Amino acid sequence: MTVMNYRKAIAEGIGRALRSDQRVVFLGEDVGAAGGAFKSTVGLYEEFGPDRVWDTPISEQAIVGAAMGAAMTGLRPIAEIMFTDFLGVCWDMVANQVAKARYMSGGQLEVPLVIRAHGGAGLGFGAQHSQTWENLLMSIPGIKVAAPSTPRDVIGLLAAAVADPDPVILLEHKALFDAKEDVPDEPFLEPLGSASIRRTGDDLTLVALSAMVPVAVQAAATLEAEHGISAEVIDLRSVTPTDTATLLQSVERTSRLMTVEENPRPCGWGAEIASIVAEEGFTFLDAPIQRVTSANVPVPFAANLEHATIPNADTVVKAVLSYS
Amino acid sequence: MNAAVSTDELTDWLRMMTLIRGFEERVKNLFSQGLVRGTTHLATGQEAVAVGASAALQPDDWVLGTYRGHHHALARGMSPASAFAEILGRSTGVCRGKGGSMHLTDVSHGVMGSYAIVGAHLPIAVGCAWSSKIQDLGRVAVCFFGDGTTTIGAFHEAVNLAAVWKLPAIFVCENNRYSEYTPIDQVSPVAHAAADRAAGYGIPGVVIDGNDVAAIRDAVDVAADRARRGAGPTIVEAETYRHGGHSRADPATYRPEQEVEHWLQRDPVAAVRRQLEATAEPGRAEQVETEASDQLDRALEEALAAPEPDLSTLTDDVYARAL
Repeated sequence: MTVMNYRKAIAEGIGRALRSDQRVVFLGEDVGAAGGAFKSTVGLYEEFGPDRVWDTPISEQAIVGAAMGAAMTGLRPIAEIMFTDFLGVCWDMVANQVAKARYMSGGQLEVPLVIRAHGGAGLGFGAQHSQTWENLLMSIPGIKVAAPSTPRDVIGLLAAAVADPDPVILLEHKALFDAKEDVPDEPFLEPLGSASIRRTGDDLTLVALSAMVPVAVQAAATLEAEHGISAEVIDLRSVTPTDTATLLQSVERTSRLMTVEENPRPCGWGAEIASIVAEEGFTFLDAPIQRVTSANVPVPFAANLEHATIPNADTVVKAVLSYS
Repeated sequence: MNAAVSTDELTDWLRMMTLIRGFEERVKNLFSQGLVRGTTHLATGQEAVAVGASAALQPDDWVLGTYRGHHHALARGMSPASAFAEILGRSTGVCRGKGGSMHLTDVSHGVMGSYAIVGAHLPIAVGCAWSSKIQDLGRVAVCFFGDGTTTIGAFHEAVNLAAVWKLPAIFVCENNRYSEYTPIDQVSPVAHAAADRAAGYGIPGVVIDGNDVAAIRDAVDVAADRARRGAGPTIVEAETYRHGGHSRADPATYRPEQEVEHWLQRDPVAAVRRQLEATAEPGRAEQVETEASDQLDRALEEALAAPEPDLSTLTDDVYARAL
């Protein structure tokens, strides 16, 4: 085991993929010689060189398109989109091309690529550099979508994504870069579509994703210590596929469900989770499902406004207290 | 025209061009009869580009085309029966009825997809070329597109990346003078919508007669040689003409009659036929045409007899394995 932060785990995960599979290539803006806009890819260019690690022009359509063409012809590309928001620049590639090639070709084309992007609010980047788009991506059939909340999952989910025959989008969160954790030195993977129970509890289930996982864990600790409420925290980890079994088993025990989402409320990923539980676990519930979400606004710049936009442990605690 | 064209080559070219012409005529009829859903974009008049480019390629090279792409697929060897079946939405379609007219794909013949968002396949073709370079495969990726594609961003991102990475890509513009319904010179500020842009990316851009099979073959041959040497991509702009409208029943009344007449006089299929007649024994051209027509009739009969896709296949191939 080695203690590693989330930022370092990104480079570690990509390095492990490049080391273990010669088909893997890595491309993106400033990912090579510069070590990444967030220094999350430091050392890769030095170790693997320009034939494996490719600095691209500022051309998101070309980045994803090139990764797609390479994936269709025998390689396993990992493409970095610097900010999740920039997926908007290449939305056609993601939503119309990568996601649909296998289906439209009747299974002839395979697109085993990984697209990684840094997303999320809380750091003062403003409205065009702070979004989380798991909700948009999960509505597109043909792609898998995951969002690691810990260093171990950064490495493990990336390993699973690279090994997967389908296109996988991994959304990393900028606010988690300094989170530390022991990670195994030997190869491992965390399967896509498998949620992780971060804290066990009996009174209610909090389901969270990415940077909302530590928020939910912190809220659960406060609820236990100050209010005697025992909350279970499920880290969904991937939205496509969705681990409905873990969710339903938890709600069967706790009888209450609250989602903690960093996205505007309309059509957030939690709405789909609520729908699944309402349909398949209605009889488990003792109270209506609740959702804690970001405000339905573009992410504002001023610190107080931004912090008021996204859920934090206090807002989750308050929501639980008014719910219970 | 290049002198080095044998009678056998002319025979092959006429055979394929007649096949494409007859294929498109039958698709048009099927559409009129209500047997083809949605839309179709016929390549009638543009056959020479696909046939000429294919004549310069190796069997394992890759091509990527557009929603106006029946001719590219057929020229690379896609079976007319599976192409008809796909366009008719049948289970024996080359994409099992999941793609349709705009998405003909045949990986076994290097047809790595037909793409229906203008410009999207250029970056994807660049990715195929990048893959060839990384794996040292010696293959080239040819991307066919129309003049209207030169005004969308993906074109510029793709050509730039291919140029700066010196990738074995060939960008073949079929300039049929119309960006859907709008004359290209109304929406593009340069005389040659594709080739004039090449200078901006430091690569060769050549303009050729897109109705001259040999000229296209030679230009793509030069581009392929450059690509395989690691010298980078080329833009080949083939000036041609769409005999019909943009899609479906578009009568294309926005085009001047004189212009249409001028281009009909330069019909590429008739040109190859004349060349063949000048060198082959009498009756060769008629024989080729009859054989192509018979082949198409049999293919269409086979496709029409095929069942629709089984409903159980609806959720196949969204992912490698169902979630």
